[in-house]
Amino acid sequence: MKVRRWTRTSKLFTGGTGMVALLLASVPLAFSPDIVQKTTTLLILVLLAAMWNALAGYGGLLSVGQQAFIGLGAYGTVFFAGFGMPPYIAMVVALVVTGSLSIPISLFALRLRAAQFAIGMWVIAEVASISVRLDQDLGAGTGISLSQLYQYDPNYRQAYTFWLALAFTAVFLAALFFLLRSPLGASLQAIRDDEDAARSLGVRVAARKRLLFVLAGFGCAAAGVLIVANTLFIEPGSVFSVQWSAYMIFMVLVGGLGTFEGPILGAILLFAIQTTFTQGGPWYLVGLGATAALFALLLPRGLWGTIEERLGLRLLPVGYQVVDKK
Amino acid sequence: MSVANAILQGIFLGAFYAVLACGLSLMFGVMRIINLAHGDVAVLGAYVVLVIVQSTGLSPLVAFVIALPAMIAFGYVLQLTVLQRALKAGILTPLLATFGLSIVIQNLLLLRFSPDVHSLGASAGALTTESWNVFGSITISALGLVVLAVALVVFAALHLFLSRTRPGWRMRATAEDPDAAELIGIDSRHVYARATAIAVAIAGLGGLFLAIRSVFDPVSGPTQLIFAFEAVVIGGMGSLWGTLLGGLALGVAQTLGAQLNPEYAALSGHLLFLAVLILRFGGVNLARFGARA
Repeated sequence: MKVRRWTRTSKLFTGGTGMVALLLASVPLAFSPDIVQKTTTLLILVLLAAMWNALAGYGGLLSVGQQAFIGLGAYGTVFFAGFGMPPYIAMVVALVVTGSLSIPISLFALRLRAAQFAIGMWVIAEVASISVRLDQDLGAGTGISLSQLYQYDPNYRQAYTFWLALAFTAVFLAALFFLLRSPLGASLQAIRDDEDAARSLGVRVAARKRLLFVLAGFGCAAAGVLIVANTLFIEPGSVFSVQWSAYMIFMVLVGGLGTFEGPILGAILLFAIQTTFTQGGPWYLVGLGATAALFALLLPRGLWGTIEERLGLRLLPVGYQVVDKK
Repeated sequence: MSVANAILQGIFLGAFYAVLACGLSLMFGVMRIINLAHGDVAVLGAYVVLVIVQSTGLSPLVAFVIALPAMIAFGYVLQLTVLQRALKAGILTPLLATFGLSIVIQNLLLLRFSPDVHSLGASAGALTTESWNVFGSITISALGLVVLAVALVVFAALHLFLSRTRPGWRMRATAEDPDAAELIGIDSRHVYARATAIAVAIAGLGGLFLAIRSVFDPVSGPTQLIFAFEAVVIGGMGSLWGTLLGGLALGVAQTLGAQLNPEYAALSGHLLFLAVLILRFGGVNLARFGARA
């Protein structure tokens, strides 16, 4: 018997992923702004799914309030750009500042368990949303646009935003990837499998969960920054909407909770569904909700988790495999 | 005096929240799960009553009595088909499954009833219009009194059911230890289904009050769920009478906040909820604090 991390497939695929990132970087050079904007949306979905999975899949923290960070990141960008900062600098500042809010929030939120944490986060998102609505300078309930971005030629603007989205997504996914592969990652996966058992083996569960919570806070704030950069206009009703949580839950549950590759697959699926049913509408959401519920009940490891189990396939290895050596 | 009036209105509002929260609290007490579709179930109840009122011209209260068997059956089936399976699969699955269910109910309602807002206030007649002024600035509305009285009756009835009847004993035994309850011949599936049926019926009552007090639309559910959950947590999770007090406290916090600025209503309720969570889980325990002194 021996323990392995890399297989030939996973080596090829991980290398391939690096190549895909490089190829993606050339998208704005080769395609129309419309396609660039759509691809930016896909990257935002991938980022959101990966961050929600970091929380729920590895930390066992089910949040229906991550839209708090999405909204704060988006409004933070408008806020700092309003001070005369160049808009792309304002985005980075907004990410750092609003992402950091996850640290004080974690002190309180991580004491809550299961439903209390889920709905507690939702209430925090509601409080953030109401606070924005009460602020006339941020457009109150009617919304506000990131007018500072209009100074750029639309083609360049779309390209810059795309590269920023690619950079954020790559950085956060890589951070999660290397975090999960580090010795710390082994303890995270132990928490995922059985929190009590992990604790009894000396895993500092609370500290590990805080790490994931803060990572997800920053990641969702980054997604918020990208959303305002991509759409140029935000309103509290949509950017703080619980619909974001619905999307994240759908992507992660269908793709595979607690797997690294699954949420990416889920994001691609959601993106494909959204592009096919452009009208959106209630039937599409009925399907989304029902699918998420069915996956939670019948296929809790999602598509990727099931594929992994059946085929023993690892594409982006974050764990180890035990193989029988004949 | 306006503060006194605000507190009284808060108690009336809080009685409504207590009714909304009652079923949520019962399901948590019996099964340790929170149904994230609870608010949508309440709104579904409001729509069922609306359909009956529109097609028969009956009063909403009578229509609710007609709708009641359907709500009870819905709760029973919901437990046996969805929740029972979710219950066995760990602590996160019930949340995930009911969140999906919540989206499904909201959007099915949107498909059937359009996004228009509705109200049953007009069809409830004198109940919504009658009110009395006392000491000049204090207003007592007939609706407020009725909701408060119904809330007290619902909580008392549930308390008597749990403490004085055989099915109630079985429910408490199952809540205490489902495996031990199975050993003495209690079918936990049946007990759970009964609890959910009661919870859905009371949620429907909450939906009726929502429809009479104000307006509702297909996506009103999540807000009702948040308020109901806040009432449960403020009162202490797992305590039935606590939920009634929690609802009242939430109502008073909202109307007092609205005294300062109408836009602070929901916000002050949220802040009370977060403050209670911080006090209870932030290392400060008021109950123990008293015991130590």
